[in-house]
Amino acid sequence: MQMNMVSALNSAMDIAMKENDKVVLLGEDIAKDGGVFRVTDGLLEKYGSGRVIDTPLAESGIAGTSIGMALSGLHPIAEMQFAGFMFLAFSQIINHASRYRSRTRSSMSVPVIIRTPVSGGVKTLEHHSDSPEAYYSHIGGLIVVEPSNPYDAKGLMLKAVHMNDPVVFLEPTKLYRLFKQDVPEESYEVEIGKANKMREGDALTVITYGTMVPVVNDVVKSSNLDADIIDLRTINPLDERTILESVKKTGRVAIVHEASLSFGVGAEISAMIAEKAMFDLQAPIVRIASPSLPYPFPGYENYYVPNAQKVAQGLDRLMKA
Amino acid sequence: MISDAYSTDIKLIQVMDTDGKIDDSLLPKNINDDKILEMYRMMLYARNFDAKVLSLQRQGRAVTYAPLIGEEATQIGSAMAMRSNDIFVPSFRQHAVFIARGMPLDLIFLYWRGYEEGNIIPQNVKGYPVIVPVSTQLPHASGIAFAQKYLKTGSAVVTYVGDGGTSEGDFYETMNFAGVWDAPLVLIIENNQWAISVPRSKQTMAQTLAQKAIAAGINAVQVDGNDVLAVYKATQDAITKSQSGPTVIECVTYRMSLHTTADDPTKYRSDSEVEAWKVKDPILRVRKYLASKGIIDEKIDKEIIEAQTAEIDAAVEKAEQFKPDPSAMFTNVYSFMPQVLQNELDNAKTSNFWV
Ligand SMILES: Cc1ncc(C[n+]2csc(CCOP(=O)(O)OP(=O)(O)O)c2C)c(N)n1
Ligand SMILES: [Mg+2]
Repeated sequence: MQMNMVSALNSAMDIAMKENDKVVLLGEDIAKDGGVFRVTDGLLEKYGSGRVIDTPLAESGIAGTSIGMALSGLHPIAEMQFAGFMFLAFSQIINHASRYRSRTRSSMSVPVIIRTPVSGGVKTLEHHSDSPEAYYSHIGGLIVVEPSNPYDAKGLMLKAVHMNDPVVFLEPTKLYRLFKQDVPEESYEVEIGKANKMREGDALTVITYGTMVPVVNDVVKSSNLDADIIDLRTINPLDERTILESVKKTGRVAIVHEASLSFGVGAEISAMIAEKAMFDLQAPIVRIASPSLPYPFPGYENYYVPNAQKVAQGLDRLMKA
Repeated sequence: MISDAYSTDIKLIQVMDTDGKIDDSLLPKNINDDKILEMYRMMLYARNFDAKVLSLQRQGRAVTYAPLIGEEATQIGSAMAMRSNDIFVPSFRQHAVFIARGMPLDLIFLYWRGYEEGNIIPQNVKGYPVIVPVSTQLPHASGIAFAQKYLKTGSAVVTYVGDGGTSEGDFYETMNFAGVWDAPLVLIIENNQWAISVPRSKQTMAQTLAQKAIAAGINAVQVDGNDVLAVYKATQDAITKSQSGPTVIECVTYRMSLHTTADDPTKYRSDSEVEAWKVKDPILRVRKYLASKGIIDEKIDKEIIEAQTAEIDAAVEKAEQFKPDPSAMFTNVYSFMPQVLQNELDNAKTSNFWV
């Protein structure tokens, strides 16, 4: 069936709620309104207000109570309305969701999914365009996924809801309705911790995820580059094997993400490659990202988010080095 | 033995009813008909401005916008009660507060066109920028109030939050800090009955939002938030008392329009509910009063609106002439320019992907 990312995620949660009555949804405006992006639309009517819960306006409360539910055998899927507001829940996520398992030597676990729209490109107000993946990946103990297409979104969501771990589920706002894809109506899983090799090539490796996937894809196609494109899909834990295999084959690597450059996911991947495949490289690693400053107001957005031209220039630099 | 440990009650104040009749016993002494006319003009101004941004947004000339229609009395009444040295800390819907405090209109438009430059607030306005993450501005307001006391400025701080915002931890922490510090803070709860799709009744089991202040041991009052005189009175009283501690004022009002231009209220609320609030409109009752006194009529009304529209249009024109310089993103991050950022800026300038 043709689905965009919104309908694919909706379908995944519908299946999850049907197959497991321990799955509950909670968040701001998710029930009656169906979520501000309509990702949970129709689920209130299907599963009732006991399982699809409009909460008071309090992110720390949403995260904290979700952790409590998860500790008690439920499997909550909490929505944070925007990634910028999820920082109000940072303490609960970093201090508790990530640590309960290690704190109790696996005698307790926190099977919770915290979903939130991320990244920009859609001219929103301040705090509606953040790309927070590095923060959540840095702590350890949290699985961090970010699909770039409807198929992966549904499969990753179903996989996440079948696991016994806290999962931070990042949904690029810009890709919610950008395109449709053939997505199975029934249940299936996309493996967590496994990147997607989207395209095969021998001359360079481009590692990316989220909003930059379609941009990279277009640039590689239009510039006729003989590139491996790797869509990470899971940011933490990183699929080192897929990355290293490709790097050893091509010897040239670019990492492209929308989040700001400094101390980001690109830095982690570069360090890992430097440690494990330095002598396979024929050129310095190129990172293409937003500048190292807070996401600007919408009037400046086009100057901030890497565009096709910036990506093309970066890849050109890599090939000429 | 069981005895009463504590008990309290919450008062609701209305000065002008929906027919425009004034309870003289409650009317502040400095209020006369000139002042009421000024309040009326300001509320009209705010409504006019609001309609303009809404229409610009629909034409793609403004970004996502949060309309204020219906909430003019809460914003204008409180802003006009502030003295020139008092300070305000808004949330994201208080455009009328900015207007009443003399913020240049073109800057307000600039903000809603999506530019940080719209947040360069002139000193005399004595306000802080639009803050989007709900309730996170409130602790700043307590800190600013602490500083006023510390610096002995004599200023009070007036801050704003919605009904939904009273569920956030920052809201409680703010009242508590202001309480233990006896800080000169006036916290206005602009209870417009909705937090996007979530009604007031689902936000809390508390019967009033004002009573949340009782737990922090600070003053609390509820007013008819569509009665500009009641809001004025309560704010003035709170400011007068502010040197000996904070007050929370719950203004009971109604969000007559969309949450923002990205919202579709037909998903979650009935037209009949909105209709029922129309009779309580904050401008209507003042119009009735002023007309009964022969101070305004249709002709004067029209003149007021036409003059305001001309000013608003001129401000829009000015704002639309603004040309962003992308370097401003880089040069306003620190008090100095780190080498790393300078390199990124140079690189952005030489590569020419800023199309
Ligand atoms: C911390 C935070 N969470 C969520 C949001 C998204 N959001 C914007 S306004 C709003 C509702 C606010 O309701 P209320 O406090 O009643 O103010 P109103 O919009 O009615 O003026 C929400 C949930 C936000 N801006 N900040
Ligand atoms: Mg509200």
